[in-house]
Amino acid sequence: MNVKPVKIRGRVKGVVANIKCLMPHPMETGTRRDDAGEFIPAHYIETVTCAHNDKEVMIAHWGASVSKDPYFSFKIKGANAGDSVSVSWVDNLGETSSGDIVLK
Amino acid sequence: MNTNFSRRWFVKSLAAVAVIVSFPGVVFARAKGAFNAGKTNDVVDVLFGDLPIEESTEITFKLPDIAENGAVVPATVATEIEGVTQIAIVIDENPNPLSAVFDIGEMSLADVSTRIKIGKSSVARAYVKTSDKVFMTSREVKVTIGGCGG
Repeated sequence: MNVKPVKIRGRVKGVVANIKCLMPHPMETGTRRDDAGEFIPAHYIETVTCAHNDKEVMIAHWGASVSKDPYFSFKIKGANAGDSVSVSWVDNLGETSSGDIVLK
Repeated sequence: MNTNFSRRWFVKSLAAVAVIVSFPGVVFARAKGAFNAGKTNDVVDVLFGDLPIEESTEITFKLPDIAENGAVVPATVATEIEGVTQIAIVIDENPNPLSAVFDIGEMSLADVSTRIKIGKSSVARAYVKTSDKVFMTSREVKVTIGGCGG
């Protein structure tokens, strides 16, 4: 599959950084059928790891019931302009992708 | 529509998911059993064990009352409660009720948003876990298939 990078936007307000990400991914539940009546295999992001200056701050575990092309936003304490934030995911098929930004 | 048939199909498809999901090999500490569980009670057992669960008004659980498109329902869970280590979103009527679990690190706030799928009108629950207690709040979500408003 053509894995796309995570799109991230971040904004620092005071000491809190608000991070928003979009992760292009089909998020197939495994219960849908295709036109031929066959099940479309489950394919979804299982784990999302968020790091601030290379230190893990948040881990999200997802099931297949997170929407297609997931949106995820979270907040980091004690963040400053110039800090780096990275978000990476692993899906149930072992595919991975990531994205990072420098906070402004 | 024959409801018996669709119910059977539904159960079968659940089994198919369970087989795929239970495939080993992920190194992360993931509460797999909780994601495979078919009932909210089972999800709570796996996630929180014996921790007492208390209904709380201190959790902000933003979710539309009426979701026209059940495939994309925005959900936000935020709380001012101290010492939150985990947030979980559970939709009672979904085939696997557990949608998402967020491990909240020391440097992140207990404030997360995502978008989830809700199969049909359901009770939605947000759980907030601290070291010795779990707080919960719930809401009804009405899903109008096809967006006809009915």
